[in-house]
Amino acid sequence: MIAHAIFFYTFSIIAVVSAIMVTASKNTVHSVFFLILDFISISCLFIMIGAEFLGMIMLIVYVGAVAVLFLFVVMMLNVAQQKNQWFAGQATSKHIPVGLIISTLIFFEIIIVIGGWKYKPEIFDINNSLANTSVSNTHSLGQILYTDYIHVFQISGMILLVAMIGAIVLTFRQRSGVKRQSYIKQISRERSEGVELLDVQSTKGVKIDD
Amino acid sequence: MEYLSIVFQEVYKILFLLVPVLVSVAMIVWLDRRVWAFVQKRQGPNVVGPFGLLQSLADALKYIFKEIIIPSSSNKVIFILAPIVTMTLALIAWAVIPFSATQVLADINVGILYLFAVSSLGVYGIIMGGWASNSKYPFLGAIRSAAQMVSYEVSIGVIIINVLLCVGSLNLNDIVIAQQNMWFVIPLFPMFVIFFISALAETNRPPFDLPEAEAELVAGYQTEYSGMMYAMFWLGEYANILLMCAMGAILFLGGWMSPIDVYPFTLVPGAIWLILKILLLFILFALVKAIVPRYRYDQLMRLGWKVFLPLSLIWVVLTASYLFYFNLLPVN
Repeated sequence: MIAHAIFFYTFSIIAVVSAIMVTASKNTVHSVFFLILDFISISCLFIMIGAEFLGMIMLIVYVGAVAVLFLFVVMMLNVAQQKNQWFAGQATSKHIPVGLIISTLIFFEIIIVIGGWKYKPEIFDINNSLANTSVSNTHSLGQILYTDYIHVFQISGMILLVAMIGAIVLTFRQRSGVKRQSYIKQISRERSEGVELLDVQSTKGVKIDD
Repeated sequence: MEYLSIVFQEVYKILFLLVPVLVSVAMIVWLDRRVWAFVQKRQGPNVVGPFGLLQSLADALKYIFKEIIIPSSSNKVIFILAPIVTMTLALIAWAVIPFSATQVLADINVGILYLFAVSSLGVYGIIMGGWASNSKYPFLGAIRSAAQMVSYEVSIGVIIINVLLCVGSLNLNDIVIAQQNMWFVIPLFPMFVIFFISALAETNRPPFDLPEAEAELVAGYQTEYSGMMYAMFWLGEYANILLMCAMGAILFLGGWMSPIDVYPFTLVPGAIWLILKILLLFILFALVKAIVPRYRYDQLMRLGWKVFLPLSLIWVVLTASYLFYFNLLPVN
């Protein structure tokens, strides 16, 4: 039990400190690295409470894919402008109302969740949902997701698909004047259409159509 | 005192796993160079020790005594962290590899997901190294490898789903035992081919070694590294290659099981069979390096997204429908 507590507090302290460092560090790349550290320690916490599937998926999806893309974008920004000059020109007071509104919203949400958990335990009735300890965590998750919540699950997948297609459509542009390769054309080319024998007149030359 | 004895026991087990892994990484570098040389009708490293077996140790010794140069304009903490991350990630994945039904350091429920997660984290070592060097070539190499590894991970993930459909468990030992009657390489042969090629891309091996294409990028993300830090990158890279081979052996070639279930073969311990299968896959890796020319970058991306991903997705549908129609879905 002591070892468990030690690990729990280590991971949670790392998680909280790195979450603070995400916003506190000046260098944007550093804050992404702290974000990654935060993800990793949170997935460790997931594994500690026995939700190993969630922990691993957290690692694969957030750390393995999402954070890589974050890092990608942030690094590109850093190359263009090494020093933090984005914020220098703008008056910081402009951002305060928006930030205040969002943070009050989040604060009330947390209050509601923690309050409900503390004073109305029946809202979060754990016995209703899972608690079938005979099967593994992964199995029980699958049994819930693909039976009771199949429609919600499918709809969320659809929303993600629409978001993906939307992002592609928004950024896709057909540029003119770009030489495109068609693999089928290249492979199916015959010698007869590729090579041509010409009689070259002197002082005239040959016009090569590229 | 009780805790201490448990800790010592675990440390002993970990050392018993990691020391052979590190030694075999050194040997595998030698094997890689040897195979490469033989394909090109050369001798390869054959001077140090018998057959040149100690070449890698000599190289390692040389690296240890070289000066570590840290570029003055680099981001020092991340620069030093990058090879450490690469090496650590390459080694911690071995914890879940089963060498026989009982010989496994951590027999966890989600073993295959753990392997997949750790191999998808491998990209960080490269990105960190490339960015922290604060130099053009490493940065370009890092960006290339990030895009490449993320793309090929997707198809590897889908291939793993194919295998898991036939097994019904995420545990690596269960995956091996499910292949008792038939290795998955036979029914899922196209997936094995795609897995092999994706593993080449995932480990930045030729013909997909764009992140370190020396004609374009000097040495890619390793350009600014020297001495032991360079050697750690290189060790981590080869440990990753071995890990991918082990993953292929477990998913498709029956892991630690003997190829035929008859008396003299079953006497051989499982670890030997696993090592032989890993070696077979690694020799294939080395042959590919010697035979195939390097891909162009857009072709690499096209192969990953437009060929492998749709193919493996279609194969998931096919496998699932076959298993469902003939009532073969594993239920427990």
